[in-house]
Amino acid sequence: MRPDAAADAAAPVAQADVVAALRPLLPPHALLWRDEDTTPYECDGLTAYRQRPMAVALPETEAQVGAVLAACHALGVPVVARGAGTGLSGGAMPHAAGVTLSLAKFNRIVAIDARARTATVQSGVRNLAISEAVAPHGFYYAPDPSSQIACTIGGNVAENSGGVHCLKYGLTLHNVLRVRGFLADGTPATFGSLAPDVPGLDLLPVVVGSEGMLAVVVEVVVKLTPKPQVARCILASFDDVRRAGDAVAAVIADGLIPAGLEMMDKPMTAAVEDFVHAGYDLDAAAILLCESDGTAEEVEEEIGRMEAVLTRAGATRLQVSTDEAQRLKFWSGRKNAFPASGRISPDYMCMDSTIPRARLADMLLAIGGMEKKFGLRCCNVFHAGDGNLHPLILFDANDPDELHRAELFGAEILELSVAMGGTISGEHGVGAEKLNSMCVQFSDGERAQMLALKSAFDPRGTLNPGKVIPTLHRCAEYGRMHVRRGVLAFPELERF
Amino acid sequence: MTDALVSLVEQVRAAVGARTRLRIRGGGTKDFLAGPGEAPPLDLRAHAGIVDYAPTELVVTARAGTPLVELEAALADRGQCLPFDPPRFADADGRLAGTVGGMVAAGLAGPGRAAVGGVRDYVLGALLLNGRGELLHFGGEVMKNVAGYDVSRLLAGSWGALGAVCEVSLKVLPMPPATRTLRFELEQPEALEQLHRWAGQPLPLNASVWWRGTLVVRLRGASAAVASAAARLGGETIAPELAAAFWEGVRDQRDEFFLQARQAVAARGRALWRLALPPTAPPLPGVEDTLVEWGGAQRWVLTAADDAAVAEAARSAGGHALRVLGGPVQPAPLDPALAAVQRRLRESFDPHGVFDAGRCLAT
Repeated sequence: MRPDAAADAAAPVAQADVVAALRPLLPPHALLWRDEDTTPYECDGLTAYRQRPMAVALPETEAQVGAVLAACHALGVPVVARGAGTGLSGGAMPHAAGVTLSLAKFNRIVAIDARARTATVQSGVRNLAISEAVAPHGFYYAPDPSSQIACTIGGNVAENSGGVHCLKYGLTLHNVLRVRGFLADGTPATFGSLAPDVPGLDLLPVVVGSEGMLAVVVEVVVKLTPKPQVARCILASFDDVRRAGDAVAAVIADGLIPAGLEMMDKPMTAAVEDFVHAGYDLDAAAILLCESDGTAEEVEEEIGRMEAVLTRAGATRLQVSTDEAQRLKFWSGRKNAFPASGRISPDYMCMDSTIPRARLADMLLAIGGMEKKFGLRCCNVFHAGDGNLHPLILFDANDPDELHRAELFGAEILELSVAMGGTISGEHGVGAEKLNSMCVQFSDGERAQMLALKSAFDPRGTLNPGKVIPTLHRCAEYGRMHVRRGVLAFPELERF
Repeated sequence: MTDALVSLVEQVRAAVGARTRLRIRGGGTKDFLAGPGEAPPLDLRAHAGIVDYAPTELVVTARAGTPLVELEAALADRGQCLPFDPPRFADADGRLAGTVGGMVAAGLAGPGRAAVGGVRDYVLGALLLNGRGELLHFGGEVMKNVAGYDVSRLLAGSWGALGAVCEVSLKVLPMPPATRTLRFELEQPEALEQLHRWAGQPLPLNASVWWRGTLVVRLRGASAAVASAAARLGGETIAPELAAAFWEGVRDQRDEFFLQARQAVAARGRALWRLALPPTAPPLPGVEDTLVEWGGAQRWVLTAADDAAVAEAARSAGGHALRVLGGPVQPAPLDPALAAVQRRLRESFDPHGVFDAGRCLAT
């Protein structure tokens, strides 16, 4: 799957012309165009797709960002904004005839306002660095994507990133008050407000999660959350995946909103246990991690209710963390699911769909069927509380047939997710990776409206062209093999 | 597709063909904000009912014409709620007539807003009838969804400018096990400072109102947490029935403050403004009466000051002002760059300009 080449009709501008246009706007060290300098930018966290950009701009001031955008816009040259390059869907994959605009130098925490519970940070500040900086005030920044050590807040805004605490604390959108940056032509623009609303259309929810296609962000005001006094975690084992799935629904039905509610299947548990020795139950068909945070009284009350629900739901073993060290040990396995998969397979493909919680067990069983169909193994780790799945399909990229089967396996998971009433991406974004699956989830009219929305922000289409929204032509091609919205017969479904 | 939905599509297509306009309308409870409008109504009330409600998914999908009171009753039956307390507003007969579609289109929230977020934060998906007469689904019925642009959340507070919201999927939450309301005697600056201090601590603080020397706060959460917070905060506990009536009055803008403000507007030529501000903005000078909500972020102001002075006070504090009563409703103007984006956005959803969005949406 590749970005939509058909999306940019304009003839490419020669590299020499682009460099000549940008050189007067940037310090000499802030513009790269030789192959050896631009190669490090050829991919983001989705390493399977690589493309060297024509040039890389590393502006140091907001004025330089605006000037680079204006110059590229005037020439009709595509611009791909980039943070830490940790994205998993190729959203920051460069454009062959475009400029990669790195915001790496925007790494300053501008202000912390403890009274207003906000932090103003430049877009290149790392997610975890915000929490570290505000910790002395008793706060943290709630969204915690697993890449939080490395990923930047600008990238989080671009992807509307989640993490393991979304059910209770929300997504990036729910924790960002205002973003400031530039439109495609270099015009400054501010979205959102420190006030609770804005007078016109609220554009913040479309800018957040727009994968660098509507605006380039240089500064973000985030909402800070008071650090909970206590957090405790329950590790629950189940001897049957359906019982584990039903337990998730039972927790919610009891009126509980856990701070985190994660599920791992047996192969995943085995892989991480071998890696970090978290003390997971290797006999369980599935394990759940269920966390409560808040005041000491609140947590005690909730943990008691959670234990009762999980026991009623048929948990075969329950462990409740008694101190912070044990809680972190419980989480260490979950947080190392991706590297643990990397240890047991040359390559893995991480999927990211979301389905209704009630279908978790159906999906796990269906994936079991797909493993046989495609002759590949799959480890499963789910943000069960919000139905967001991360099946990790194991394969060897050196075997072209395995890569091909892994892609088909992934596409089938996404299509089944849509058929179950879910979505092809919960938090990693569409980027360059899931363009075909967008054809499955949305109709021609819906995609045409999204393309029109893009044009309203960026009439010349210079910001990250060819990503996220496939052209109607591409979907027509893809549609020869696939049908939309579950009209496709899923043989696996009939067994459940 | 219901007959009502077919009829809505036909009305929009007919308007496109005849080059006429339409005013999207539900319970009609927000005419005082949107203005009466001259275009004939596109009435969504017949397109009503809950389409799907799965309590363990924390998601409900309802048609636009569903009365809010009906939706909330269905949620309450399963121990769940819309935590942002959208105002339901009374119609001319005193019935709470606000609809689900109106709630999304106006994007208004009530007392819980500062603690739990607003309408936008609970929208998961929507079925939109755009100005071409196309029915388009955006978003979905799951909590986490980043496939494509999040058009469904853009519809919250769009006042129908992009089309008619025909169906919406909303995230719902369990009703917290415990609620307690406390009352404190404090002047406005001290009350605001106290609220900022409390908000910075892990307390189950859910709503606040300050009016004429009295601060009222609502605690909501686990029973033990509410009890211990109440013991720590002090103040005087208000009896649950009285407290519930008070919060409902504030929510539906029928509380004593609003009744008195309406009289002052009618009898003394005052205006009632709604100011949205950064919560830490200082108290505004020169106002006749004010009710402060959302920890300082929403302030209702009764004043005789001229338009420009109120608008400038809000703008310089980092927010915006909207006159609600006592003069034409006129929102603050948009920054030119955003105004251009918004104009093109509206054209892309409604190229023939079918929808009359009323006077509440800034341009």
